[in-house]
Amino acid sequence: MASVAAPAEKKARRAPREHRRPSFWTIFWLIMAALYFLIPLYSTLQFSLETGQHSYGFKWYGQTFADPMFRTSFLFSLRLAVETVIIGLVLMVPTVYWVHLRLPQLRPLMDVVSILPFVVPPVALVVGLSGVFNVLPWMLSNSQILAFIYVILALPFTYRSLDAGMRAINVKTLTEAAQSVGAPGWKTLLFVILPNIRTAMLSGAFLTLAIVMGEYTISSLLLFNTFAVYMYYIGNTEAQPAAALAIISFTLTWGAMMGLFLLSRRRGRGSSPGVTAVSR
Amino acid sequence: MARLDLHGIHKEFGEVTALAELSLEVESGELVSLLGPSGCGKTTALRIVAGFEQPTRGELLVDGSDVIPVPASKRNMGMVFQAYSLFPNMTARQNVEFGLRMRKVARDKCRARAAELLELVGLAARVDNYPHELSGGQQQRVALARALAIEPAILLLDEPLSALDAKVRVDLRQQIRHVQQRLGITTLYVTHDQEEALSISDRIAVMSDGNLEQVGAPAEIYRSPHTEFVANFVGLMNGFDGRVQAADMVTIGSSERPIGVHEGHGCTAGGRVLVLIRPESVQLEELVDGAAVPDGAFEGKVLMHTFLGSVTRMNLSSDVGDLVADVPSLRALTMPPDTRVGVRVDPAGVKLLAR
Repeated sequence: MASVAAPAEKKARRAPREHRRPSFWTIFWLIMAALYFLIPLYSTLQFSLETGQHSYGFKWYGQTFADPMFRTSFLFSLRLAVETVIIGLVLMVPTVYWVHLRLPQLRPLMDVVSILPFVVPPVALVVGLSGVFNVLPWMLSNSQILAFIYVILALPFTYRSLDAGMRAINVKTLTEAAQSVGAPGWKTLLFVILPNIRTAMLSGAFLTLAIVMGEYTISSLLLFNTFAVYMYYIGNTEAQPAAALAIISFTLTWGAMMGLFLLSRRRGRGSSPGVTAVSR
Repeated sequence: MARLDLHGIHKEFGEVTALAELSLEVESGELVSLLGPSGCGKTTALRIVAGFEQPTRGELLVDGSDVIPVPASKRNMGMVFQAYSLFPNMTARQNVEFGLRMRKVARDKCRARAAELLELVGLAARVDNYPHELSGGQQQRVALARALAIEPAILLLDEPLSALDAKVRVDLRQQIRHVQQRLGITTLYVTHDQEEALSISDRIAVMSDGNLEQVGAPAEIYRSPHTEFVANFVGLMNGFDGRVQAADMVTIGSSERPIGVHEGHGCTAGGRVLVLIRPESVQLEELVDGAAVPDGAFEGKVLMHTFLGSVTRMNLSSDVGDLVADVPSLRALTMPPDTRVGVRVDPAGVKLLAR
């Protein structure tokens, strides 16, 4: 005889699905939050596309891309961002690794040092650094100095990303496991530690990229024409190209973030730091 | 296969002495367990052998050569850790191959060796799984295969089963022993689990507070503990103050109740001793309707039963003090709590330690 589930049983079976369904207020506040971000963005986009009364097109985008200053400043900032990322990672990865491995008692100090760039305003930072580099005037006029300053500015993000990445894996045990089968220190770092903190490194790198691409105060004070300085200049002189530039900048930043997301999903298949299988 | 000698290994962390002049010899192909409670120094000893810690002083010899100046990566010692230590970015096969790749072994040889070892530990079907796709027991088996892949002189195991559940632990310890005996590899095994140490080892080194209390075969450690610590740490033991009356007789407790012992205990007549009796050496007989206590026995009363499967652990009060007896479960059914019992002790199960 076919069994017929009682209404209570049917209700119990449905329960998990009902539990997952978000409530009206959850959806309401999510929509409100989305509108808070999307309405200004939509307005900017609409304004950047307006070519006349009720006519739309990519005129301002074309004009922006055609401006040699755009290309120059964008590529300059991009180069600075890449240099900052490389210098930051080369400095910070071995440092954070060593602190986790051998000097864990220094972690509270590292936490404090890493947030100093938040405490010191960029204006104070650049004035201080100008004083330091006065002894090397050629350094102040060299655009390379910006990369070194940005490394300091991005320190909180680089350090915290790497610190979180190394906390998620058992650095000490993995290092000792690698050494026990014959891997010297640098091979352990290269083949065992780095692949397992890849997501953390990418996260720090893209946050650094976003900071450098948008940094205005320091580059402006040191008289370098970075992308942010160019954006500020356009914003003061031409309203609609400025809106187009804001959308381009937004798209590039989000493109970078999505790149990070997709890369970490695609390549992170094997590495699931923090995921520890339970015994079965 | 290699012989391992620890001579006067001493280790201090600041003002704390973790190891006090530890000396231990591990013969080629032997499995020796370092057994002791947390903080006794067993893991520190293992880490010194592995090269992850430097001793304050002492000698560490592998086949007669001092390896203390040799870095961990060049000691040729495979190690399995307590925490899951597989490289998360590599599959089971890549984990096993890793040590061989570091030694620049040809790729096809790496593959063949990894396949052979993963089959040995029963994971031939999981070679392409990442660690997070494996259970804890499987991860530890891959870790064992990885440690064995480099054909280490010494295999070091640091509580490799402590994170696993009971059944997996028993299966895996048998597998470790099987692999160790099959490959004949010299092994140092750290554990705080006495059952694990008793079941897997050729010899056990019992440690306490950085000191070696006793080294011996599992049966010897269990039957003839040299110190009160070993007696209490390895298995359950009833302990009483006593006095030697004759070569084959000792009195226990305030009642001066005599019990028989085997001769050759080495304690002098008239001397005060600690009398140690294993629960399985206590024999009980029910006393019905006010029956007299038989000769050679003393009176007791059942306080509590703890069912352990084939045996039942019975807590008793008696003339000589409280004691514990392990009785076959079927027989224990006839002696519920509050039953009067006659208590006898098998002389073969009595151990005396001079006070």
